[in-house]
Amino acid sequence: MSEAVEPEIDVDALKEQGVDLKVAEKVAPERDSPVKVGEPLVQVENLTMKFGGLTALDKVTFDINRGEILGLIGPNGAGKTTCFNAMTGVYKPTSGTVKLEGKALNGLPQHKITRRGLARTFQNIRLFGEMTALENVVVGLDARHRTSVGGALLRLPTHVREEKSAIERGMALLEFVGIADHAQFLSRHLPYGYQRRLEIARALATDPKVLCLDEPAAGFNPAEKEELMALIRTIRDDGYTVLLIEHDMRLVMGVTDRIVVLEFGKKIADAVPKEIRENPKVISAYLGEPEDELA
Amino acid sequence: MSTTEGPTLIPDSAAAQAMADREAKGRRRRGWFPGLGDKWNALPRHIQWLWLMVVVVIAYLLPILNPPFITTEPGNNWQIALAQMSVYALVAVGLNVVVGYAGLLDLGYVAFFAVGSYTAAMFTSPDSPYLHIPYLWTLPLAMAITMFFGVLLGVPTLRLRGDYLAIVTLGFGEIVRILATIIPAMKGQVGFQNVGHPPGTDANGDPIFLNSNGTPWYWLTLTVIIIVLLLAGNLERSRVGRAWIAIREDEDAAEIMGVPTFKYKVWAFAIGASVGGLSGALFAGQVGFVNNQKFDIATSILFLAAVVLGGTGNKVGAILGGSLVAYIPLRFTSIAEFKYLIFGVALVLIMIFRSAGLLPARQRLLAYGRLAYNKLKEPPMSRRVQVTTDGGKEAGDE
Repeated sequence: MSEAVEPEIDVDALKEQGVDLKVAEKVAPERDSPVKVGEPLVQVENLTMKFGGLTALDKVTFDINRGEILGLIGPNGAGKTTCFNAMTGVYKPTSGTVKLEGKALNGLPQHKITRRGLARTFQNIRLFGEMTALENVVVGLDARHRTSVGGALLRLPTHVREEKSAIERGMALLEFVGIADHAQFLSRHLPYGYQRRLEIARALATDPKVLCLDEPAAGFNPAEKEELMALIRTIRDDGYTVLLIEHDMRLVMGVTDRIVVLEFGKKIADAVPKEIRENPKVISAYLGEPEDELA
Repeated sequence: MSTTEGPTLIPDSAAAQAMADREAKGRRRRGWFPGLGDKWNALPRHIQWLWLMVVVVIAYLLPILNPPFITTEPGNNWQIALAQMSVYALVAVGLNVVVGYAGLLDLGYVAFFAVGSYTAAMFTSPDSPYLHIPYLWTLPLAMAITMFFGVLLGVPTLRLRGDYLAIVTLGFGEIVRILATIIPAMKGQVGFQNVGHPPGTDANGDPIFLNSNGTPWYWLTLTVIIIVLLLAGNLERSRVGRAWIAIREDEDAAEIMGVPTFKYKVWAFAIGASVGGLSGALFAGQVGFVNNQKFDIATSILFLAAVVLGGTGNKVGAILGGSLVAYIPLRFTSIAEFKYLIFGVALVLIMIFRSAGLLPARQRLLAYGRLAYNKLKEPPMSRRVQVTTDGGKEAGDE
């Protein structure tokens, strides 16, 4: 897995192999992108983020290629989540640009960035607690709905059509992440692992081109991590591009196609997992400098 | 948060059991009538409609039935009391959109009520030198004008959150009341007499809608409430309602999930305001007199108390809360002077024992949710566990 740099996604071939593409088709029927598989879908250029005197991100530049799983790693405080927030519009970057399909995202409100196709989950789960699992997912689906307030008020045909398809697509998504049985439960009553899965389903519901996962395995036991890895791979095989922030090296090494390493807000490496594992800069960032070099 | 070990491994069956317990616990806390909500939701649609019809018919018959013990007589005229209760109920339904759905604390809601009242008064009262139009026309006009004011207030202030928003709305409430005092055209304490009423005369040639007869006003307001409820229900079970609840639950997460939060907050304000204006116009017509004395902060707080009492976020609860807030001082005239004390104590008790209000039924946010949920209805525990483990294995094998 770690050797695959540019996964080819040939939908027809996958169908012939019997891969179930139902979910992707149901959830994201118009997922066409002008960007070809393997070419840069997201371009982060010289992204800098300063909080007062603290430089949290310093001219970080990397691409996310369509169809890959890109890992973003680094020691605590390296700026991973800041990078995420600057990309998704939570923070306004001090300088630098983020482009999706060649178009800059800077200055757009967050909900518009999501509609452009950049969806994310949260490190600390942030579901809508008083909503059922299905309703949570449908909020994500609403990002693609066109019903106006008047249309909803009078139950115009668009509204009825969208509501019906939302139920079907929402259930398909819950099934996809494996929690369809719990669709009717309030999300705050769901077990922790299911809440994490629900977050992924909700983000997928916005029909993203890039799915950004912020430490999705936090608090998981090894068995759950295995399942999560499989899920992330399935998501990629369904034609999504994935950006993954993760602490757990085993998970990152096992699932990603390429890894970008941050330390103190700077990019120190960008390579396939095998090379990252042997990269002396990365090793020293995580484990510290060997004593003889310090001396 | 992230550790390689993670928490101890909980088998799926135990996890499912734990969740079922939590769900049951959550349910037990809701309602004085445990299971009533569940039973109601389990009923087929047409049976529900049948029951609702019965309730509606009883509601329409209330002024004629004048049920003993419940009635406010001899202290207060029962029909007029009903008319006032229905106006308060409508106010609570409108405020519930803002406070209950979108979670925006509006302490100045009385301002919209006032704008609606003044609209009805200034366009119909002979005391007003302006254009006069038939009373019924003032109802949509009041809605449009208050909606405009709602947007006017909302656009600059809805970028604020929580406490800040509450303070600003509090200020807005006062601004409207003070304007009514100092602008000569609004006639301050003198006010407007003989506010108009809907047309129609009875057999004797007297107008049907008299200030001294509450029954027709009650029926009119009740009809308006039913229409508003149906429309609010439509909104609730659409992307609009979902957006509001999502904003209430976690505004940042909602924005990141593609909800244009600012737009929907302004919509909540505008829709809430228009219902407030509508109830204000009905109130002005029924009482027949409008001046600046009725729109103080205390009234605003009373409206909010009605929503909280009834069950924040539940439109039926809002009706109950609104009616109760108007009913209690009218029924128990001897304690009417202490009504704020009583509501204060009642609210404290409710917050302690029933923090979700008297009727905390959860809002349903999917127009066709029943279809989806009924398929999953209470699967036996064994099956549920079976399916989850299978799903897990499948994902792991890939």
